Amino acid sequence: MAVRVASAGAGEFADEAALVAALRAGHEDAYEQLVRGYAGRLLAVARRMLGEGEDARDAVQEAFLSAFRSMDRFQGNARLSTWLHRIVMNVALMKLRSRRRKPEEPIDALLPGFLPDGHRELRSGRWEPSAALERRELQQRVRAAIDRLPESYRTVLLLRDIEELDTTETAEMLGLSPAVVKTRLHRARLALRELLAPQLRDGVGSS
Amino acid sequence: MSEQRLSCREFIDFIMAWLDCELDPETRRCFAAHLEMCPDCVDYLESYQHTVELGKAAWDAPGDAPVPDEVPEELVQAVLAARRRT
Repeated sequence: MAVRVASAGAGEFADEAALVAALRAGHEDAYEQLVRGYAGRLLAVARRMLGEGEDARDAVQEAFLSAFRSMDRFQGNARLSTWLHRIVMNVALMKLRSRRRKPEEPIDALLPGFLPDGHRELRSGRWEPSAALERRELQQRVRAAIDRLPESYRTVLLLRDIEELDTTETAEMLGLSPAVVKTRLHRARLALRELLAPQLRDGVGSS
Repeated sequence: MSEQRLSCREFIDFIMAWLDCELDPETRRCFAAHLEMCPDCVDYLESYQHTVELGKAAWDAPGDAPVPDEVPEELVQAVLAARRRT
């Protein structure tokens, strides 16, 4: 039975277990509490994966409807936030797959170049990101650089480094082996480093 | 005992495994030996770590403020209306 906090007013369920019980029982105000409680966070995830357009909102809506339909399958030992996070990521990944019209560019052109003797073509140099750019400007440039990664690498970087899934979870979500996830993550980071290097090397880059 | 030498190219291949402490002892020794003798790879390793940190922070809210749970009302209403239709 769904227990509500007497003093908290309608729609406030005592804890997550009470909210889940109310959702399973089909309480209208439980649905509303869930949506109000999580829509902002899920929209942020969807926007990171799909950008600012309509697709991100559609993904959130589809994720909630999918969650409502599968409430019976929610495991009590998981957290609602983790469960919803996985659902919205899966919906966003499906949207990304259906968006893909042409074969993606190989990542090789973005990886560091080497001389025949195994030395780098360009010296690394020291980075001084904090001195070079204002934080917000820097964040914008990093997001733009992540957007330039080939989709199959960008997705792995997003799931591992930004959404903080582990290698096994990422592999399961993308239908890849853990070894492929590791290789793609490393290459995505190398490519991202190359894209950021001209702006961050030796503190140059505010131009 | 002579140690296998890594080139800068091979060094780069092992960075992630080094940071995740997943290198076997022999490769770890070679990696550390390369770091000792190649200042540019020291810089490279540092810039790789910076890249990971910058990626992780790319969507963070400014300052120490938590990410605002901004909930667009029309999205809430759209979800609830869609649920009633199903």
